Amino acid sequence: MTTETMQKRQEVTYLEAISQALDEEMAQDERVFLMGEDIGTYGGAFKITEGFLQKYGEWRVLDTPLAESGFVGAAIGAAMMGLRPVVEMQFADFISCAFDSECPEGWFFHSPGLKLVAPSTPYDAKGLLKAAIRDPNPVIYFEHKFLYRRIKSFLPEEDFVVPLGKADVKRAGGDISVITYGAMVHLALEAAQTLANEGIDLEVVDLRTLMPLDKEAIYSSVRKTSKAILLHEDNKTGGIGAEIAAMLAEDCFDCLDGPILRIAPPDTPVPFSPPLEEFFLPKTSDIVSAARKLAAY
Amino acid sequence: MDVAAIAKEIKRDDLRQMYYYLRLTRAVEDRITALYRQGRIVGGVYTSHGMEAIAVGYASALERDDVIAPFHRDMGVFLIRGFAPGEILAQYLGKRTGPSKGKDGNVHMGDLKRGVFGFVSHLADNLPVAAGAALAFKMRGESRVVFTGTGDGGTSRGDFHEAMNFAAVRKLPIVFFCNNNQYAYSTPIRLQMAIPNVVDRAKAYGMPGEIVDGNDVAAVYLAAKQAIGRARAGEGPTFLEFKTMRMHGHSEHDPAKYVPRELLEEWKKKDPILRAEQLLKQLGYGEEAYFQEVAERVKDEVESGVEFAEQSPLPEGPEVLEGVFAQSAGSY
Repeated sequence: MTTETMQKRQEVTYLEAISQALDEEMAQDERVFLMGEDIGTYGGAFKITEGFLQKYGEWRVLDTPLAESGFVGAAIGAAMMGLRPVVEMQFADFISCAFDSECPEGWFFHSPGLKLVAPSTPYDAKGLLKAAIRDPNPVIYFEHKFLYRRIKSFLPEEDFVVPLGKADVKRAGGDISVITYGAMVHLALEAAQTLANEGIDLEVVDLRTLMPLDKEAIYSSVRKTSKAILLHEDNKTGGIGAEIAAMLAEDCFDCLDGPILRIAPPDTPVPFSPPLEEFFLPKTSDIVSAARKLAAY
Repeated sequence: MDVAAIAKEIKRDDLRQMYYYLRLTRAVEDRITALYRQGRIVGGVYTSHGMEAIAVGYASALERDDVIAPFHRDMGVFLIRGFAPGEILAQYLGKRTGPSKGKDGNVHMGDLKRGVFGFVSHLADNLPVAAGAALAFKMRGESRVVFTGTGDGGTSRGDFHEAMNFAAVRKLPIVFFCNNNQYAYSTPIRLQMAIPNVVDRAKAYGMPGEIVDGNDVAAVYLAAKQAIGRARAGEGPTFLEFKTMRMHGHSEHDPAKYVPRELLEEWKKKDPILRAEQLLKQLGYGEEAYFQEVAERVKDEVESGVEFAEQSPLPEGPEVLEGVFAQSAGSY
């Protein structure tokens, strides 16, 4: 579009731009329809769909019952039958009524007001659960089912808690910090043994609490080693490791001697078949090769 | 049901076909259970043992271009829609030749091309999706119907309510069923709801409901046929409660010690395959030689299925990266 023709047109607001997009798509493709709360007669909580009901009728502008999971599901079903539903959630807050996640810590990590813990050992499992129960905040406690029966240890007889927000160095080392949590802690410890034979000394930092993160523990480890590997089962993009990498770049830039490396599953749904799962999940060998790469800096 | 009425309503070949699918369902699932006990199945196994008449009955009552969003104890649906025993066994073994290509396991399978929606573990999550498919049919003025359902436990979930309500408000061409097998994992129905029959819930949505003997394939078929007819005629949704009993544990790792043995003994006598055999005999539609012949045929099909599944390759690791996003929109 030339500048001249743009000038002849009226300026549109952000809201009007959205409304135009919906209108134009509905006009040119009869498969497109809208679903949501109060989008028809009322024209939408923010009036994005004002006049749409009159123009397209009640079967293309569907006022739905107040039931997000129901109408998001219905949109999926209609799409599977070849339609192009557009669902308005009215308020973004309500979207949580309508989704499921297989590796959910990433979702909750982005929900301020929640505390998240993910123990890797029996001691931490017990101590963190007690601390979570005693904490005045909502705490999401992630038990790792891989660990349920695989590890054992003796616990103190007396009452104890593991304070929320405190990481724990599970193996002290001088060369590279592996920052991780949950079942991946054990993978990192395994890799550390292999690497010790090559003269690479890993430090394994078990976050234990994911929110709030123990910045001090993370920073003091990285200040000591100057190199960081972030390891988790949450998928890579927008994952917890990405946040820690950003924190290190902001606050520990001066002390880094090499790139911050992330080891995490690819951005795919969690697969089922063993070879796919094997490919998907981080492996000891991934840590070993990442550490060798970093050691060269 | 009255034998004479059945003779009038169901054709001999249709009834025999249903009998065959009852046997095939049982044989496929028994084989899967045996493989599970040998430790060769990846993940859990959830069967329709003793409840086969529900899926077989309702899937037989549908037309080919109708759509099904099944429950996890609906193996008969897959077989009737043309999933070969080998494909199904490959799914359970995590092989590339299974419907999910190893991406997912056990009954988490579906195929839009065959009008069967994939199943996810969240019970009653299939109901809103099914309602959406029915919405598409209604919007396009197609005379197609959707069939979906969940268990007694699943009816406690919000998704059940949301879908039933939405479908009733919009008078969608859909049939909802409840496989009431009396236990949601270990929770008996008395701890699940305070009403004597699940069908009572239908009233709240202004929807007709009916209690059906879920172990009688002819009764399931006829009730489904009638509800499907209502939906196709534009009269809106129906809710069917199929009364049955879960004869195995929730899954094959669950010995279900919480179920009274007497209850199982009582229901064993109502086995849907036995019932179907009795019916076929009464109608003069089958005798011992015929039952034997079906048993042989089913056995051969399952065995060649096992061979196919076992010889099929596992997927290669990087295949997990494929298919995350659709290249084009699918449809049925």
